[in-house]
Amino acid sequence: MDRDATADVNAPHSMGTTIIGVTYNGGVILGADSRTSTGLYVANRASDKITQLTDNVYICRSGSAADSQIVSDYVRYFLHQHTIQLGQPATVKVAANLVRLLSYNNKNMLQTGIIVGGWDKYEGGKIYGIPLGGTILEQPFAIGGSGSSYLYGFFDQAWKEGMTKDEAEQLVVKAVSLAIARDGASGGVVRTVTINNEGVTRNFYPGDQLPLWHEEVEAHNSLLDILNASSPEPMST
Amino acid sequence: MQMTTIIQMSKQTVNTSKLENPHSVLQPKISLLFYHFSDLKFLPIVSPLHKLYLKMSNEAMDVPKTGFSFDLCRRNEMLTKKGLKSPGYLKTGTTIVGLIFENGVILGADTRATEGPIVADKNCEKIHYMAPNIYCCGAGTAADTEAVTDNISSQLKLHRYHTGRESRVVTALTLLKSHLFRYQGHVSAALVLGGVDVTGPHLHTIYPHGSTDTLPFATMGSGSLAAMAIFESEYREGLTRDEGVNLVTKAICSGIFNDLGSGSNVDVCVIEKGKKEYLRNHLTPNPRTYISSKGYTFSKKTEVLLTKITPLKELVDVVPVGGDAMEE
Repeated sequence: MDRDATADVNAPHSMGTTIIGVTYNGGVILGADSRTSTGLYVANRASDKITQLTDNVYICRSGSAADSQIVSDYVRYFLHQHTIQLGQPATVKVAANLVRLLSYNNKNMLQTGIIVGGWDKYEGGKIYGIPLGGTILEQPFAIGGSGSSYLYGFFDQAWKEGMTKDEAEQLVVKAVSLAIARDGASGGVVRTVTINNEGVTRNFYPGDQLPLWHEEVEAHNSLLDILNASSPEPMST
Repeated sequence: MQMTTIIQMSKQTVNTSKLENPHSVLQPKISLLFYHFSDLKFLPIVSPLHKLYLKMSNEAMDVPKTGFSFDLCRRNEMLTKKGLKSPGYLKTGTTIVGLIFENGVILGADTRATEGPIVADKNCEKIHYMAPNIYCCGAGTAADTEAVTDNISSQLKLHRYHTGRESRVVTALTLLKSHLFRYQGHVSAALVLGGVDVTGPHLHTIYPHGSTDTLPFATMGSGSLAAMAIFESEYREGLTRDEGVNLVTKAICSGIFNDLGSGSNVDVCVIEKGKKEYLRNHLTPNPRTYISSKGYTFSKKTEVLLTKITPLKELVDVVPVGGDAMEE
């Protein structure tokens, strides 16, 4: 039974992905799409790529799903120990460096790109990009994943220093939806997480409510219509 | 001479691979190539190789090596490249599904186990017991799914004794994903884990490399696309038990009839708070239809030409000696 590689459901689970992290005046916003693929099959069309490490630090995961989940589990565990030993919430810099140490020292075996974002009382909102080899780069905004290739030019033009929360959120949603439009490995819904001194807010933008781009057609008879039939909350975890 | 060469080669391969990295947390440790020397114990004691075997065994026995030894994987790859046909293994072609309904979780599976193009088992059980409130469907290599679910089921039982509480689905999930990640995808088990615990109903999928997803409905295996098509068109939140069982049966049937790797019957398992129902062979849409009720008649039997009985020769005479009777 020769099976096509397209339907090989035992292929390693990878997240095609578009992930974004931007800072604004007051905090950070992390955004991601929701598609996880094995070969050419979408294994999970509503995955959550923005994972919590502590109350004030979240990460966006891309690359191999297994590797990024394991790294985030280990870093959450180390950060928890660190918080107990330190006696106060961990800083974003520490979280990012823990991710970097794991990524760099195991670079031969891991295949994962991570964006760490959070807010602490010393530095405020910070974004750290940790791509494949284990480099750590503190940036005002970071993009990652296969869909990010289509966003470099967009951010060069659209990024501004000192945006408000709503401007930054709109920028993130627009960017992810642009990447979804052009990248086959990104899709589904757009999830955003806003972190500032007040706390953390999660937002969800279903696929049929995103702005339409060049040659895109409006969605009708969307599967998301069936959700309204039973309950307003799309997916309760 | 040949033996000596083998030892030297093995020693070389151990030394050239960079293993020790004090900073790394995730690196698996690699054990010595100890198994090559198991033949040497049959050599006469005079042989110098025997001394070497003893020396190596003393060193190796002191510190038990942890972690999976990947060295045979390299050798196997090399052999297959040279043209050796590796033995086939029993796969469960499979359609496995799970969904969350209003009161809990329903798991479903087909019952065909394949070995290449042959159906090895027409009615195997793919829904494995993990805990009284947690069940796990397994797709992939049958031995791997069986072994990994049995292993984690035992660990969960020990954990229950240790904590005095009902097992949670996330515990099973973490144990399974850590195990599968440690083996880097070589344990070919794709699982759908479902159960109800104090925190509510949960459904997860676990992939051979160790990644997990949490979903309201999930399908895995070669028939997953066929079953997912059914779920995507008809799943909604708040299904009743009967609707859920019907939907699961429909999805498995879709896999059975449209996927070559899945077939035979439908198994269903319904888990609710405090109770579970394992519906083995809930639906049997593929009965054997060609058995004649009268039985087969063969017109001509094999002819008997000669009947001769030759008793076996006795080599030993048993002489009862007066002594103590055997005591228990």
